[in-house]
Amino acid sequence: MDELNVSSFWVYFASGPLLWLVTTLAVYLAAVWLHRKLGGSPLLNPVMLTMFAIMGLLVLTNTDYDTYFEGAQFIHFLLGPATVALAVPVYDQLPRIRRLWLPIVSACFVGGLIAVLTAVGITLLLGGSEDLVLAMAPKSVTSPIALGIAEQIGGYPSLAAGIVLLTGIIGCALSPLVFRLLRQKDPAVQGFTLGLAAHGFGAAWAFQMGSLAGAFAGLAMALTGVFSSVVIPLVVGLML
Amino acid sequence: MLLGFLILLSCQLAGEWLMLVLGLPIPGPVAGMLILFAGLLWYGEVPAALRFPAEGLIRYLTLLFVPAGVGLVQHFELLGNEWLVVALTLVSSTFLTMLATAMIFRAVYPGPEKDAADG
Repeated sequence: MDELNVSSFWVYFASGPLLWLVTTLAVYLAAVWLHRKLGGSPLLNPVMLTMFAIMGLLVLTNTDYDTYFEGAQFIHFLLGPATVALAVPVYDQLPRIRRLWLPIVSACFVGGLIAVLTAVGITLLLGGSEDLVLAMAPKSVTSPIALGIAEQIGGYPSLAAGIVLLTGIIGCALSPLVFRLLRQKDPAVQGFTLGLAAHGFGAAWAFQMGSLAGAFAGLAMALTGVFSSVVIPLVVGLML
Repeated sequence: MLLGFLILLSCQLAGEWLMLVLGLPIPGPVAGMLILFAGLLWYGEVPAALRFPAEGLIRYLTLLFVPAGVGLVQHFELLGNEWLVVALTLVSSTFLTMLATAMIFRAVYPGPEKDAADG
């Protein structure tokens, strides 16, 4: 009898969306705290910690992703207005952006093209499956656009979203190495590179470096997103 | 705060509708960002009511990626089979993309900052 009560209590709460909403926020705050305690290394990203902890919890409690998403969708929803909000820091940097339009346009064109060519090319070279190639193609594109592109070229949107996130984490982790290799200290260049290769995730990272880097990352993310939604279906059509 | 949030959501909605009408593959939020940017150019400054919610959302941008990222849990089988390809491709492709982007940006850079004081 007692056991039944406990299990129905659990079922009631687990089916309510609040549980996973609260879990996501609590795990994220704990991960941010742990990340700061351990010295703030880019290799130990708080979002990565949060993701893996929640995936572990889902597997342990035998909860499917749809149930989780019922609660987490309230956080996911804010990604839309947050993307719109990136116009504000970009507007703040307008005089610099006007001055740097040539490097901005060239870097977006070349970087965006190399991102999709290497993603598709290296996956094919290493013998990856077609499902994987299609999910890899939009890996450097911000997730709302990547989901749309993946759908359009016939890949799994949820796999693409996960790969986009992994790319963001890897991009932030690699960025100190790349900038040291090129002796690159300019926050505009660093931010733009992060936003182009690691989308909103790189932008969030760049904002922690400063508002100038963040604004250029937001700009790179938006330009690459628009550019990629046209170019990726073409490239994938040619390469597959 | 509420007015600012309304502006953000209205731009997103306008973006969704515009892309639907034009039949373009650009997602609503990105179109909304371009609309808000055009609006700011027209208005001439960032209204205080908009700045607060905009900067608040951007501060927690990374948290907002968690729900989509957890979706990887549905693809453990594919990732289990091809994890090495995934890891090698993501690291090498992201590295090459960053290297190329920073180098191109640098190559056509118009020279050192003259307006270093602002920002």
